[in-house]
Amino acid sequence: MNAPETTAAGLAGYNFAYLDEQTKRMIRRALLKAVAIPGYQVPFGSREMPLPYGWGTGGIQVTAAVLGRDDVLKVIDQGADDTTNAVSIRRFFARTAGVRTTTDTAEATLIQTRHRIPETRLREGQVLVFQVPIPEPLRWLEPRETETRRMHAWSEYGAMQTRLYEQIVRYGRIHQTYDYPVSVNDRYLMSPSPIPKFDNPKLHHNPALLLFGAGRERRLYAVPPYTDVRSLDFEDHPFEVEHWDAACALCGARDSYLDEIIVDDRGTRLHVCSDTDYCGRRQAVAREETA
Amino acid sequence: MSAAPLLQVDRLGYRYGGGAGCREVSFDLHPGEVLGIAGESGAGKTTLLRLLAGDLAPGAGNVRYATRGDGIVDLHALGEAARRRLLRTDIGIVRQNPRDGLRMDVSAGGNIAERLMQTGTRHYGRLRETAGDWLEAVEIPRARMDDPPREFSGGMQQRVQLARNLVTQPRLLLMDEPTGGLDVSVQARLLDILRRLVHELGLAVVIVTHDLAVIRLLAHRLMIMQNGRVVEEGLTDQVLDDPQHAYTQLLVSSILKG
Repeated sequence: MNAPETTAAGLAGYNFAYLDEQTKRMIRRALLKAVAIPGYQVPFGSREMPLPYGWGTGGIQVTAAVLGRDDVLKVIDQGADDTTNAVSIRRFFARTAGVRTTTDTAEATLIQTRHRIPETRLREGQVLVFQVPIPEPLRWLEPRETETRRMHAWSEYGAMQTRLYEQIVRYGRIHQTYDYPVSVNDRYLMSPSPIPKFDNPKLHHNPALLLFGAGRERRLYAVPPYTDVRSLDFEDHPFEVEHWDAACALCGARDSYLDEIIVDDRGTRLHVCSDTDYCGRRQAVAREETA
Repeated sequence: MSAAPLLQVDRLGYRYGGGAGCREVSFDLHPGEVLGIAGESGAGKTTLLRLLAGDLAPGAGNVRYATRGDGIVDLHALGEAARRRLLRTDIGIVRQNPRDGLRMDVSAGGNIAERLMQTGTRHYGRLRETAGDWLEAVEIPRARMDDPPREFSGGMQQRVQLARNLVTQPRLLLMDEPTGGLDVSVQARLLDILRRLVHELGLAVVIVTHDLAVIRLLAHRLMIMQNGRVVEEGLTDQVLDDPQHAYTQLLVSSILKG
């Protein structure tokens, strides 16, 4: 079989950005509701996508629904533009929608992400789409969906606070390092998707529109620009982000989220930025200065 | 005892499919008063308690509760949000099985502090202080605070459940067979604590049990139920020592042997 022909508008035989217009409208309606009620999980009719659950089917459907012909798309996975997931999703939209893609955070109008928020500050007009595996922050505390919905409806979030209490009892501090629960607009408890808690402060009053899609669980939610997002904590055990003794070995950054990499069999460790675009840009600036 | 009743139950009824869960039950409960409800299994005791707790919506009649701030409200006409708020601050429920009333994997301290966190306390140190105080009030050493209830004995679990309910200082406590499945000496200790706390805190209590010895120790007043109806009610000693209704006579003679 011949590969489908790629035209300027995308893949021949497919609608723009893969999904049919009816489905996109359905997703956009759900997104409007999600934006209107920040942090509230809106059910939607998630479709089968040409990639497995857990690879970003929720995020990819949201991206397809909001993508326009003039958008510039960036896709990251754990902060990197060059990992399998990021590359294949970026190529998917380049082929099915024919949109321009980039790795430059500042240039992108639409960014789909898994597990990170870019280090470069986002600006008004940008859209950040998160891939979410488990949208329900109360799921590990209460297995019944009927009950978690009631807990949201009546703002009964004592159980989540109890979980943080238990972590202090056992470890002397709040032990949660990723998917750290947040309260959105002082109303809904929300899972920020498995981003490190380092990124939680970036959710607060972010000028960009933040959209979350969970394909398997069929839920969408959103944080509109400049919304209050507070990480849960205690007065005497306030929320804190991670700190490293090391700086990035490649660009020397001390203000970014660092990955620890073991580089040989003797266990030599290297810390490097998880955001490849941010790191590369800093290295380029440093090279120019030395030249 | 103040004049205004805390709880007014008026001709309450509930039907399960064919049979009646309870019929035409009416009573008043004043602050500081302990009401016992006795009867054999299937008499409608637990149904009545579930109606009082808002778990079930009544088929007939109503339950009126005198709140702290908002005057007298019909418990079932109240929105679910307001009812749940009332239930987690002003009304405590002690379940027969501690598994239904406790989080078995969360430490005893966490179990007790949960209701405070629910109502907005965000200071870890103070939460622990309060939880520890309540553990001691139910005679569990403060040192056991960080152990989960699944490592506790049945009697201790029931006492943790009691502390978890009392921490928000409710005015009404609903108890369903709180001594069920406990041996006699453990029962005695739980009853001792209950009696002391009820007295100290001026709690109003509705206690459902088939154990007339528990009723005799705790309850001021007693209602005997049979087939969903109240067949006899009065002061505890009066009902137990001089039962008038045939069913009460049977119940008293079959339990208080020797």
